[in-house]
Amino acid sequence: MKKSVLAVSAAAALVLAGLIACAPPRKDNSGGETSSGVKVSQAKSAADFGGMDALVAAAKKEGELNVIALPPDWANYGVIIKAFSDKYGIRVNSAQPDAASQDEINAANQQKGKSAAPDVFDLGQSVALANTSMFAPYQVATFDDIPAAFKDPDDAWVNDYGGYMSIGFDSAKVPPITSVNDLLRPEYNGKVALNGDPTQAGAAFSGVLMVALSQGGSVDDVAPGVEFFRKLRAAGNFLPVDPTPATVESGQTPVVIDWNYLNAAETAKLPAWQIVVPPNAVVAGYYYQAINKDAPHPAAARLWQEFLYSDEGQNLFAAGGVRPVRADQMMLAGTIDKAAVDKIPVIDGPVTVPSPDQTDKATEFLADNWAKAIG
Amino acid sequence: MVRRLREGLPLLPFLAVVVIFLIIPTVTVIVSSVYTDGVFSFDRIQALFSGTALSALAKSVLLSGSTAIIGAVLGAVLAWLIVSSPPSSMVRRAVISLCSVLAQFGGVALAFAFLATVGLNGVLTLWVQQVFGWNLAGSGWLYSLTGLILVYTYFQIPLMVIVFVPALEGLRDQWREAAVSLGASTFRYWREVAVPLLTPAFLGSALLLFANAFAAYATAAALVSQGSPILPLLIRAALTSEVVLGQAGFAYALALEMIVVVAVVMVAYNALVKRTARWLR
Repeated sequence: MKKSVLAVSAAAALVLAGLIACAPPRKDNSGGETSSGVKVSQAKSAADFGGMDALVAAAKKEGELNVIALPPDWANYGVIIKAFSDKYGIRVNSAQPDAASQDEINAANQQKGKSAAPDVFDLGQSVALANTSMFAPYQVATFDDIPAAFKDPDDAWVNDYGGYMSIGFDSAKVPPITSVNDLLRPEYNGKVALNGDPTQAGAAFSGVLMVALSQGGSVDDVAPGVEFFRKLRAAGNFLPVDPTPATVESGQTPVVIDWNYLNAAETAKLPAWQIVVPPNAVVAGYYYQAINKDAPHPAAARLWQEFLYSDEGQNLFAAGGVRPVRADQMMLAGTIDKAAVDKIPVIDGPVTVPSPDQTDKATEFLADNWAKAIG
Repeated sequence: MVRRLREGLPLLPFLAVVVIFLIIPTVTVIVSSVYTDGVFSFDRIQALFSGTALSALAKSVLLSGSTAIIGAVLGAVLAWLIVSSPPSSMVRRAVISLCSVLAQFGGVALAFAFLATVGLNGVLTLWVQQVFGWNLAGSGWLYSLTGLILVYTYFQIPLMVIVFVPALEGLRDQWREAAVSLGASTFRYWREVAVPLLTPAFLGSALLLFANAFAAYATAAALVSQGSPILPLLIRAALTSEVVLGQAGFAYALALEMIVVVAVVMVAYNALVKRTARWLR
């Protein structure tokens, strides 16, 4: 189980050697043309294929779709993958379900030109915006439904779902939490965990931002958030364990700061697990969906997008406790799954979404100060 | 010449493995840490002297050094106890087998075992809290350097036993008998014969333990999720962070730094082993 640096590098070489040796050279789908004469890998909408039916036929011919970093209990992806696979008879290869956003980009670069390379990405903000040159622009059928703030002007990416930063807690083990300041109380000694290191994980970054807002900070000033965690640590309340479903269910992490939909996924298994979105500090975050421009299955990748942004796909997201990007429009049209959407927290009042510039500045501050605050 | 070649043939697969898994990665790391986008530059090496990187290096050395010393001393004592029992003894065979297993029992399983036992919400912690009212887990020492030292010791001691038993077995009875018949007391025999003979083997084993702890990754990764205090964790952060991007070059430089440290340790280890080998032939 112990890895040396050499072993890590060796593993990289192994992957490389293995790929050269094992992965079949991919069939040259990207060179294929649709009935309307556009290269499949450059098709910008279903119309380029000659309509939705032609897209489905092209995707079925490819027969496979490679997805990466989609945990089955995250935003209902387990069910979504199965529904897509059943509906179109396309095999979905789900690689490294627990990988981070950056791993998706790394995999796409390392496996470029191979049949195992990821077809589609689901990325956090900073990774997505830093890699737009790797995405193939595409407009789904429901593209006009999606508010302009949630899609790239050049169609390279579209937000797929989002959520709010929340505090989840085991109400059987700890007294109820109503605000961020509660976390400093002695009842929570050694019990408060954050989903990852904010200099590494997007969720933890948003967690620190949420705490900063509750402490009088702002999206331009996360220092009060770091200061709060320093106090939390000094009080002995901060639990530096990376929370996972296993640690939550075994009671190792009784209080977890994380996206509301990830906390909601725990409630399904642990009924006493409750969720609160601090009312004065609402941080929202959306994920970024994009097609790999070197996708080995370019038609299936495009069909996947169509599926995710269809009413069916969006309702499946909603059932996973996330807010689908078309939620408002679907509510107006009455096509949304009411039961699912009612479980998603309703927010009155301001919602904070950091801009890329604000994220950069906050990141810089955290890189310099986080380790000192909790070390 | 032909005969030589034929004799060397079976070594080819081994050579191929060494090239693929050792030489290529090492060269990649070295080249990547001084070339940025095809241009030679020391920027990445320079980043090794930033506060974060230096503190990670210091903590890594402290962690490896302290667990190597603790592991070497306790392991040597245990090895001596094992060797003093007869070779056919069940206890001896059982302990040796157990050590072989435990020496490899690092990683996530070991980390979780400690978390679930003496972590802030561990079974033992909660029980002691209820019955005696003490807080075993304190302010979360298990998740810091102190915790890593304890957990690493768990696989360091068995490793020491495995590598040190052969050295102890190499001490011949005749030497002790000769010393005793020349009038030496047991203490004098240890001081003037056994200890000088064993010192190189002991130090060599300690260095091996150092390298073992220095490169260990999974255990620490499972135990410490905040702040990347040691080098392997800092490399992980640089490679996979989805918040601070574009640090892969820094990871290469850190890897180079680790290779240099381990290389120094291994050269020292070889020198010491050579000295002992003379006596254990």
